[in-house]
Amino acid sequence: MQRITWERVVSILLISPSVLAIAVFVYGFIAFTSFASFTKWDSLIPDFSLVGLSNYQKLFANPRFQIDMRNTVSFTILFLALCLVVGFVLASLLDQHIRGEGIFRSIYLFPMAISFIVTGVVWRWLMTPGSPGLGDTGLNLLFEKMGLGFLKWGWFTDPMVWHIPAESGVGQVLTAIGLGGLASTKVGISAGVISLVLAATWQMSGYTMAMYLAGLRSIPDELREAARVDGASELQILWRIIIPLLKPVTLSVIIILGHISLKIYDLVVSMTGPGIGFSTDVPAYYMWDTTFRGNHFARGAAIAVVLLVMVAVLIVPYLVWSSRTEAEL
Amino acid sequence: MSNNVSTSTKTARNETLHDKRRQRILIYALLTGFAIFYLTPIFLLVITSLKSFAEVSLSTMWDLPTTFSLASFSKAWLGSQQEGFRGLGVNFMNSVYLAVPATILSAMLGSVNGYILAKWKFRGSNVLFPLLLFGMFIPYQSILIPLVQVLSKIPWFGGHSLYGTIPGLILAHVVYGIPITTLIFRNYYAAIPTELVEASRIDGANIFGVYRHILFPLSMPGFVVVMIWQFTSVWNDFLFAATITSSPDVQPITVGLNNLAGSYIVEWNVQMAGSLIAALPTLLVYVVLGRFFMRGLLAGSLKG
Repeated sequence: MQRITWERVVSILLISPSVLAIAVFVYGFIAFTSFASFTKWDSLIPDFSLVGLSNYQKLFANPRFQIDMRNTVSFTILFLALCLVVGFVLASLLDQHIRGEGIFRSIYLFPMAISFIVTGVVWRWLMTPGSPGLGDTGLNLLFEKMGLGFLKWGWFTDPMVWHIPAESGVGQVLTAIGLGGLASTKVGISAGVISLVLAATWQMSGYTMAMYLAGLRSIPDELREAARVDGASELQILWRIIIPLLKPVTLSVIIILGHISLKIYDLVVSMTGPGIGFSTDVPAYYMWDTTFRGNHFARGAAIAVVLLVMVAVLIVPYLVWSSRTEAEL
Repeated sequence: MSNNVSTSTKTARNETLHDKRRQRILIYALLTGFAIFYLTPIFLLVITSLKSFAEVSLSTMWDLPTTFSLASFSKAWLGSQQEGFRGLGVNFMNSVYLAVPATILSAMLGSVNGYILAKWKFRGSNVLFPLLLFGMFIPYQSILIPLVQVLSKIPWFGGHSLYGTIPGLILAHVVYGIPITTLIFRNYYAAIPTELVEASRIDGANIFGVYRHILFPLSMPGFVVVMIWQFTSVWNDFLFAATITSSPDVQPITVGLNNLAGSYIVEWNVQMAGSLIAALPTLLVYVVLGRFFMRGLLAGSLKG
């Protein structure tokens, strides 16, 4: 039992403004948004008559929202994969006693200091493909000049969505077993999403590099030496020792970048907007658009709740796990 | 015989040396290739913003400027009345008025919270902490609707509400900055030995004395890390800014830049100069205090 002293009271008083602020601005507001998502609120004047789950039913039947979900899932997978690979490769290269390591590291990391708005404005220009009348622009022009003309394409202006064609062999099998939905444009990756992923990777892969580099530096050299003495090849050392030891780093990176990518909004606004046929639209964008431009508050609230649930599925287990491991210490 | 052996080991050694050198060259080539990838957008940004309007042509966009012109910067800063677009100068100053107080307030709050959570643990503080942290991961879309409602009901000077004002934005950034600033300070203070605290308690210091004489003087690196983090995220924020401010007179630089770049009448060189103006303060912080920037980055991932 702790004795209650005036200092104990003061310590609680000192932290209570912050606790109260978070209780209201995070948990209270989330409760309000959840409540709003069950109402009829569809104009500037609030209408709090309850309609049950109908906003969610309409949302999941809404073609734009279905495309958004496809985009956000494909964006997240591709973005994570690219950041992990690029970050790991850069960190492994930098870990080889490189002269000028500091300079390389700063170059890979500086985009993190810039806002997504600036990144979007610059990459939009880089990826504006040009037109037959005006000629190539941006990266297409650069490729042309370097003799790499075969790399030219429409970037985010290309309406293409890569998916399993329904008439292909795999598509027919999927249709036969009742999974025909997988062989349609509802499951796939759009050219617009690929363009967004490239810009986002440019901005965020330095973070993965920094995390992996810190992780690599914490693996003692003796471990690798011992494995070499035992006759392990460099590839075996990589697969059997280094990658397993870096698992906690990989997990952290997936959590951090995963929640950023599910929430991505600024980059879409400044780089592409919703795109042709919503090829670059994401739930975060749709929410803002429909709520603050369209005044469909209940629908916006429902999208927000879906977003929150997706992020919570990723974050909550991680928070529970890290507070438990900390309590054990 | 022995001669033969030694020459063959020599050639073998030469070969491995040769292999090693080849490998080194390959590593540096790869590192340089990646460096070019990261620098290309900035290269384009800089050369375009230094060009005059006469020089901006799509077919020569990758060429270096032939003359050195700062006209694009002054146009991006001041705007152009006859072409009908506003300059970013006002927005830049708005961002300063927003980011500086928000950063200082956030750091102070975070320091106090971190002190309590690290050195004055109470029953339930281990549950409270992850509940606080959850606030830094939520998609802010899930709180925007009530945030706008509440801000527009809090009265402010001149018969206005907090909605649509810079103080309103400061409030949002300070509140939603509590989790990350508390986390960084808590971890920072947890690493300071409790013996130091106990020794000063024996000397008669109370809860304020311990903070003033022991923790605070040791806090400078913690403050630098937190302030860099908060300054960068407030300066670069777009979502809160676009939701809470609607008048161009109070909008921060990210919103101003997005409007500037979204209007088709503004030439590329002006857009690029505007982007550089918007990126400059945080880039400067990064160049000068890069070491601390990195620490904040790693601290932001909980266990870093």
